[in-house]
Amino acid sequence: MSIGKITSVQDLNNIKAKVTAALKAERVRLLLCCGNGCAASGADDVYKAFEEKLAAKGVDFKVEVFDEKSVALSSTGCQGLCQYGPLLHVVFGDKTYFYVKVTPDDVDEIIDTTVKDEKIVERLLFKDPKTGKAYVTKNEIPFYANQKPNLMTGCGVIDSRSLEEYIGQDGYQGIAKILGTDRKDVCKEVLDSGLRGRGGGGFPTGRKWMFTEMAKGEKKYVVCNGDEGDPGAFMDGAVMEGYAHALLEGMIIAGYAVGADEGYIYVRAEYPRAIKSLRRAIAQCEECGLLGKNIMGSDFNFEIHIKEGAGAFVCGEETALIHSIEGQRGMPSPKPPFPANSGLWGKPTLINNVETYANVPNIIRNGAAWFRSYGTETSPGTKTFSVTGEVVNTGLIEIPMGTTIKKVVYDIGGGTRNAGKEFKAVQIGGPSGACLTKDHLDVQLDYDALKKVGAMVGSGGLVVLDESTCMVKVARFFMGFTQSESCGKCVLCREGTKRMLEILDKILAGEGELKDLDVLEDLALTVRDGSLCGLGKTAPNPVLSTLKYFRDEYVAHIVDKKCPAGQCDTFKTYSIDPEKCKGCGMCAKKCPVNAISGEVKSPYTIDASKCIKCGACADTCKFGAVKF
Amino acid sequence: MSNNFITVDGIQVPLEGEKNLLEVIRKSGIELPTFCYHSNLSVYGACRMCICEVEGRGLLPTCSTPPEPGMSIKVNTEKTIKIRKTALELLLSVHNGNCQTCTMSTNCRLQELAENLGVDGFRFPNTKPVVPVDESSFSLVRDPNKCILCGDCVRMCKEIQGIGVLDFVGRGSTVRVAPAFNKDLMDVECVYCGQCSTCCPTGALTVKSDVQNVFDAIHDPSKTVIVHVAPAVRASVGEAFGEENSEMALNKAIAAMRRIGFDKVYDTCFTADLTTVEEATEFLTRVEKGGVLPQFTSCCPAWVKFCEQFYPEFIPNLSTCKSPMGMFGALARNYLPKELGVENKDLVVVTVMPCTAKKFEVNRPEMTTDGFKDNDYVLTTQELVKMIKMTGVNFKALAPESCDMPFGFKSGAGVIYGTTGGVAEAVLRMATHAGSPDAATKSVEFKEVRGFEGVKELVLPYKDTFVKLAVVNGLANTRALLEKIKSGEADYNIVEVMSCPGGCVGGAGQLLPNDMDTRFKRMKEIYNNDSSQVVHNAEDNPYIKELYANYLGEVNGHMAHKLLHTTYDKREKLTGKVCK
Repeated sequence: MSIGKITSVQDLNNIKAKVTAALKAERVRLLLCCGNGCAASGADDVYKAFEEKLAAKGVDFKVEVFDEKSVALSSTGCQGLCQYGPLLHVVFGDKTYFYVKVTPDDVDEIIDTTVKDEKIVERLLFKDPKTGKAYVTKNEIPFYANQKPNLMTGCGVIDSRSLEEYIGQDGYQGIAKILGTDRKDVCKEVLDSGLRGRGGGGFPTGRKWMFTEMAKGEKKYVVCNGDEGDPGAFMDGAVMEGYAHALLEGMIIAGYAVGADEGYIYVRAEYPRAIKSLRRAIAQCEECGLLGKNIMGSDFNFEIHIKEGAGAFVCGEETALIHSIEGQRGMPSPKPPFPANSGLWGKPTLINNVETYANVPNIIRNGAAWFRSYGTETSPGTKTFSVTGEVVNTGLIEIPMGTTIKKVVYDIGGGTRNAGKEFKAVQIGGPSGACLTKDHLDVQLDYDALKKVGAMVGSGGLVVLDESTCMVKVARFFMGFTQSESCGKCVLCREGTKRMLEILDKILAGEGELKDLDVLEDLALTVRDGSLCGLGKTAPNPVLSTLKYFRDEYVAHIVDKKCPAGQCDTFKTYSIDPEKCKGCGMCAKKCPVNAISGEVKSPYTIDASKCIKCGACADTCKFGAVKF
Repeated sequence: MSNNFITVDGIQVPLEGEKNLLEVIRKSGIELPTFCYHSNLSVYGACRMCICEVEGRGLLPTCSTPPEPGMSIKVNTEKTIKIRKTALELLLSVHNGNCQTCTMSTNCRLQELAENLGVDGFRFPNTKPVVPVDESSFSLVRDPNKCILCGDCVRMCKEIQGIGVLDFVGRGSTVRVAPAFNKDLMDVECVYCGQCSTCCPTGALTVKSDVQNVFDAIHDPSKTVIVHVAPAVRASVGEAFGEENSEMALNKAIAAMRRIGFDKVYDTCFTADLTTVEEATEFLTRVEKGGVLPQFTSCCPAWVKFCEQFYPEFIPNLSTCKSPMGMFGALARNYLPKELGVENKDLVVVTVMPCTAKKFEVNRPEMTTDGFKDNDYVLTTQELVKMIKMTGVNFKALAPESCDMPFGFKSGAGVIYGTTGGVAEAVLRMATHAGSPDAATKSVEFKEVRGFEGVKELVLPYKDTFVKLAVVNGLANTRALLEKIKSGEADYNIVEVMSCPGGCVGGAGQLLPNDMDTRFKRMKEIYNNDSSQVVHNAEDNPYIKELYANYLGEVNGHMAHKLLHTTYDKREKLTGKVCK
């Protein structure tokens, strides 16, 4: 059903009223999370099962909000608790149930018990793995209860495919509000909100807007950086998939504010679901006059294109991203000139990341003061983080800036998940970030506090590490990542990260010398000081922070030839406990290099000089006699 | 005092329109090193050598930072020195450092800076895998093992020459500069102008040497080895020995070549005069008979390949005249055997050129006589100097000698072929002053076509109409001009094209440094040389007249066409191969 051309606030209000009425008329709404995490766990199959089985069981259901049916099947964006996906949020007016790990096999029972009889399927409720307590509703679960979702509210609640439902949440009111006003005032509102770049740098967004607004030029561009490439980060992907209209609205507002009539969204091609969702949202906006010529009947024109990136991490750097849109190799250029003055095709260009734009509609609708009521003085607002690693609850969270690491790890994340393994560190900010320790648990997650301890918000990846993690290996992992993602333009990043990687490999191979640590640190500082772009300048952070906070682990690898976390194969030696060995000879049979010898019924021994540390003996031994 | 200055290490330096801090710092008396900064290329900012500390703004690359009044800069601080030295150490850690045997030894910027900045050891072992050296082309050797990825060649080829044969490939430490699909230079669109090698700071892009081939011929007693020397060579060869006067440099080089063992030494300026006569006549015929116009000059082999490859629609516009080198080779094969009493199989024709593309040109199948290559080997100015050094000839102490006759006499019009605008001016001299009584001896100058401006234009009255002439240098400029001609925005009767910025004085075979300042000096020396000649108009070269009278017959006649004119072929884009 077409909603026609939207030309006024009244049109938006009418649609909103219709949506509200339609939702009210529904008896039950099935909000199935089809975000990337849940999709990976089979959400698409669950969705299909619902379609088929609802029909088979004669339940008349709808997908379009305006259909007059009492059962609604809705595909939402990310609902956050990815680890327990596919997630199903069932809403009956005020009453809600929250099911986790839903499979197509569960669908019959959900339809019969929940959809038809409005009863709970107990076995599908979320149960706290530590206490065993089951939760009926989503918001009671500590993972959710401790968050403050301003942005993600919409993401998990509306059908990600529906423009109408976004309008039902006051969507596009922001545009209606600014059209016809002085564009400088729009920039000022964003500046006053204190919003800072959510892509990592934390540069005041309003100031960027003002620079671009002031730049001289008939033609200007608005670019969205959707090149989310940090290992373990999926916030922007979630917004693009599940809440694309918030991003579009933010970009349209930005276009008006800086005087641009064309926008580009740069999305990595590895995000096909995000691309699909964005294309659909753009088409919807074009159809009803929210994009294109004379938006909402005004004289403001704005169009948005999608540029699929080939997945180079460095294209997250704004000048590299711009070159990539231009069809050039993604390589950063020195700044100045800044994109605000000379960006895409040499024209003044505003470039922000997905989450930054997506925050703008709320700021415009609710005002700068509302935004400032969250977060800290210098880092207002809320921020999404993707929590991964050795923690009980992994997924996407949104919290006010300034929340402590402790709260995220323990209250939201539920603490470490491996029995007997204590929290050791948290890696924040991806390959550009740092590893912080137990001593930093009270550090607040905001731009300035993190900078003080040598870390950065980055794009918001947060990896929890426990005692079983070797910090030298962590540093090596990220250095390997940045080295292979370096564009190779500037000497220090290209060769400096390679030399650092070689030194880390040498240490992990048990061949390190103490003087290597001095060279490593010296090199890291020089690469940080001298590299051309953000990638190179921050690439040494994982090394510098682990050298600072976990130097003893490096020394143990070098001097004691030991890995304190017991993770590095190089330092493992296998031996057979003669007390436990029954002399069955199975280990000797399995050993691929004939390193084990002995006589049946008496304890076997391992020749360390032959052993390749494959662990086959330990896997084979039924008596636990092989130890390392 | 005005506030329009910045402070460099405590010294106030006035701002005089410099584009960046680097220029201001250099003006202040500090030779801040760079690999990737060239004033005629876009700012790249990759080598990190020019990083300085700017008060209040921290560490900044000065090549890309515009100067602002009141800035205070510290050039040498603990951090900046560390960055420069570390960058050098890192470059050396992946560099094939066989300096003793490298062509670029003593000319290598990496070597020079490593010494200047006090890099006295290797902190990092070289773990970079060795890759094959590309020796496929006739003109250039590309050794990726010596590349420091400064990108100068990439920008030179793309920005100045408008082609883009080379670009960056790969990521991280595996990044390399290579032609598309890592093909060899022989199999891509390269026109072999070699400008990439003029800005390469190391031995990653060098001129392919024919020195050994020529020595082998000289040492073969059955061979008569002759050599002819191109106009622009005389403006550069003296640079190696402190000889600034180009006529003196040439005359000493002639003596040196005889000492090296060449049997005869001639001057390609002679056939430049021949080219002028043939090409001016061809042009006037086209004008009179309504032939294809504009006529493009065809002396530059890189331009010819560029045209065949990217603008085959303009092939009919190319003058059918061979280049002066091509004409010389044809004469050498057809005229000299009798004159010198040798058979072609025993005659080896060598030429000294400022140019790397000439090495490609002599291998074109059209440039042969009875199965013999018209010119066997092209030596560049660089290689001639190498041969002089190898043989221990004391250049400075040599007494000047002159060329062998009859192909050793030239007019000034032949000499100015060595710079952009020279061919045009030679044709203009002939076209406008033919028959005038003092034309032979009076130097007529056409200042409008002189200088290094990318495109120069001149409109001259001709009969009851006008002749519109353009002179272009640099292939990116040429591409832009061709597009204008195609669109009808520009309209000319005759166009001189030289691929290298500045013309042949800036050919890639000339000595290093080969920057624009050096090229400018050479250009001035070319015009000085012209002034010092007795004859200034090609047509008035008495030996040219004699050659037509005794051997060639009519200008543009049958014999002239057979020996002095050629044909062209459409080439495929991407591969540069002749279309079947």
